[in-house]
Amino acid sequence: MSDEPEPVVDLRSAAEPVVSLRDLTRVHGSGEAEVRALIGVSLDVAPGELVAVMGPSGSGKSTLLALAGGLDSPSAGNVVVEGVHLSSLSKRQLARLRRTSIGYVFQDYNLIPALTAAENVSLPLELDGTSARKARPQALAALEEVGLTGLADRFPDEMSGGQRQRTAIARALIGKRRLVLADEPTGALDSQTSEAVLGVLRARCDAGAAGILVTHEPRYAAYADRTVFLRDGKIVDETGPGTRRETVQISVAGAAE
Amino acid sequence: MSIKYGLLALLRDRPGYGYQLRAEFEEATGSTWPVNIGQVYTTLNRLERDGLVAKTGEDAEGHVVYEITATGADELREWFARPIPLAAKPRDELAVKLALAVTVPGVDVATLVQTQRSHAQTALQELTRLKLRADSPHLAWSLVLEAQIFQAEAEIRWLDHVEGKVCRTNQNP
Repeated sequence: MSDEPEPVVDLRSAAEPVVSLRDLTRVHGSGEAEVRALIGVSLDVAPGELVAVMGPSGSGKSTLLALAGGLDSPSAGNVVVEGVHLSSLSKRQLARLRRTSIGYVFQDYNLIPALTAAENVSLPLELDGTSARKARPQALAALEEVGLTGLADRFPDEMSGGQRQRTAIARALIGKRRLVLADEPTGALDSQTSEAVLGVLRARCDAGAAGILVTHEPRYAAYADRTVFLRDGKIVDETGPGTRRETVQISVAGAAE
Repeated sequence: MSIKYGLLALLRDRPGYGYQLRAEFEEATGSTWPVNIGQVYTTLNRLERDGLVAKTGEDAEGHVVYEITATGADELREWFARPIPLAAKPRDELAVKLALAVTVPGVDVATLVQTQRSHAQTALQELTRLKLRADSPHLAWSLVLEAQIFQAEAEIRWLDHVEGKVCRTNQNP
């Protein structure tokens, strides 16, 4: 440990954002071939909050998610997860933080075919030194949370697409992670299964996690507390929180015309 | 649409008076469509004038009670049988606004589209929240709420389409 730098930690209160993106720019290539994937993007996600990111292909959605999760590094700006500046971490520290603090949900599930659902879910804990015996009850609890009680010993190819995605979500949520990053998690799922998957994500955020959801589906983005719109690497707009009743009454009045 | 068919449908079930019909109407639509009592009386008068309902007299408490006529029952049956025309909104304000925005110089169409999209997405978000929070919701209420969810979603998809089209047009004038 002594040869590793001390992580830079912000002093903060409980209401501080779980993840804070500060003026992020990500440039790929240089000169003529330079592509600016993200330009000066700032976004805070508080505990209990789910933020959707929408935008056309190439607008920077996936880049934003990769930077927030420490899978990619910004050309300029800072990513702060639970008060820790990711740029201040060594590779090993960053890998550890990704395992312990951040859950990822991808469109294609990324489950390991040779492991059962429970083994896939407990993998992050075991990689972090928890014994298989101790990890299993936690994995079963996580599977129960996503409605997969009784399927713990199935292999991925013995499960439906929806069950696989829920397994992936259980894996993303296990342990004490407070940040969940989801990239088109409903992918090829039918609408009922998609709603169940979004319901689980929503419930986890209601229980105190912070989430970022990249999607091109308006109806799934609607599960979020707010939506930010990306265009050409910049946030161009954001939905407002809070005027719920009013909007609904307006639409009802409109229907009565 | 007016509450005409709503009142006819309720009166086909059994005769009733103004306040009672209003309460039953709100119950049947899961309170998603608030109506005032003046609207109910105006509509009843018009229905009586057209021979679709008739007064049966007053009940013990002095309420004027109405019943449906044979003509009214026919009209209602036809309404249920007939599809609602898709051109029910011939002067959709948003469509007209966008048509003018691309015709008249000096309007920032991209911003107009985004402002509308953001508004629709906020509404969709709020409707979704209502849906998720509802505990064993009334079926009629769910149907009306989900209709609004589908409408908001359709508007956003249409705006995406408009944006794609307008941007292409601007690139190749």
